[in-house]
Amino acid sequence: MIVPFGHVLSLAILLFILGAACAVAHRNLIMILIGVEIMLNAAGLAFIGASLKWQQLDGQAFVIFILTVAASEVAVGLALIVYSYRRTGSVDANRYNLLKG
Amino acid sequence: MTIYSAIFYILSIIILAATFMAITRRDVLHAVVYLIISFIATGLIFYLLGAPFLALLEIIIYAGAIMVLFLFIVMMLRLNPEDRDRETAITQWSPAVVLGGITLILAAVMVFAEPVSGTPLKAFMASPLELGRFLFQEYWFAVEIASFLLLIALVGALYLGRYEKQAKKIPTQEGP
Repeated sequence: MIVPFGHVLSLAILLFILGAACAVAHRNLIMILIGVEIMLNAAGLAFIGASLKWQQLDGQAFVIFILTVAASEVAVGLALIVYSYRRTGSVDANRYNLLKG
Repeated sequence: MTIYSAIFYILSIIILAATFMAITRRDVLHAVVYLIISFIATGLIFYLLGAPFLALLEIIIYAGAIMVLFLFIVMMLRLNPEDRDRETAITQWSPAVVLGGITLILAAVMVFAEPVSGTPLKAFMASPLELGRFLFQEYWFAVEIASFLLLIALVGALYLGRYEKQAKKIPTQEGP
């Protein structure tokens, strides 16, 4: 007997909101990517809790795919950050104002 | 309250505190170090919820590979100290806090209104052998797609990160 499913889900939701706040509020591109990572992690936690609740392995299988997506996302994302840093000399999202928006 | 639920609550407090510290740091390096703590604690919760293989993968991939990749990038780029100080004005945070609060209230109502959400979960442990058999029997096609995705990500990262002899630099308003 471990904890109720609601508590696992609440932890996942809190973690997801922290990640979303990080992605929304920061201007540094690296911190935005870190926020996305936190959100993916929270989704994995919810999947594992659901897998335990229904005693099915599908949830755990999907966490493996979430890990795959997170790894490829961070690889491409960091490559994009390095590319834009080379082009503009900054990783601050507010400085990308080529179109004077 | 059994010892397992006590462990779960302590670990969740550690996760939330470390993540909160991570997202409020101005220095990316400090944020990454806090996140490593958070991901290791998440791996322990995975183990507690009956997924030992995924607990290992969480520590190896998230706390190991991904965070070290972030550290490499932070060390590779010379981040402008001016940008660090301009970061996180309090007015930037207020919309995120309001939206997050509303989502949290709705989620709490939804989670705790469900009648069965109060019953504790039964313990269950999926060995790596079972998980592997299940994965390759039920989701073999998705595994192929995932491997293809990794290949495409590799090619994309190589293409974006290649060395250009004379990269055209776009001047920004304040940046160099």
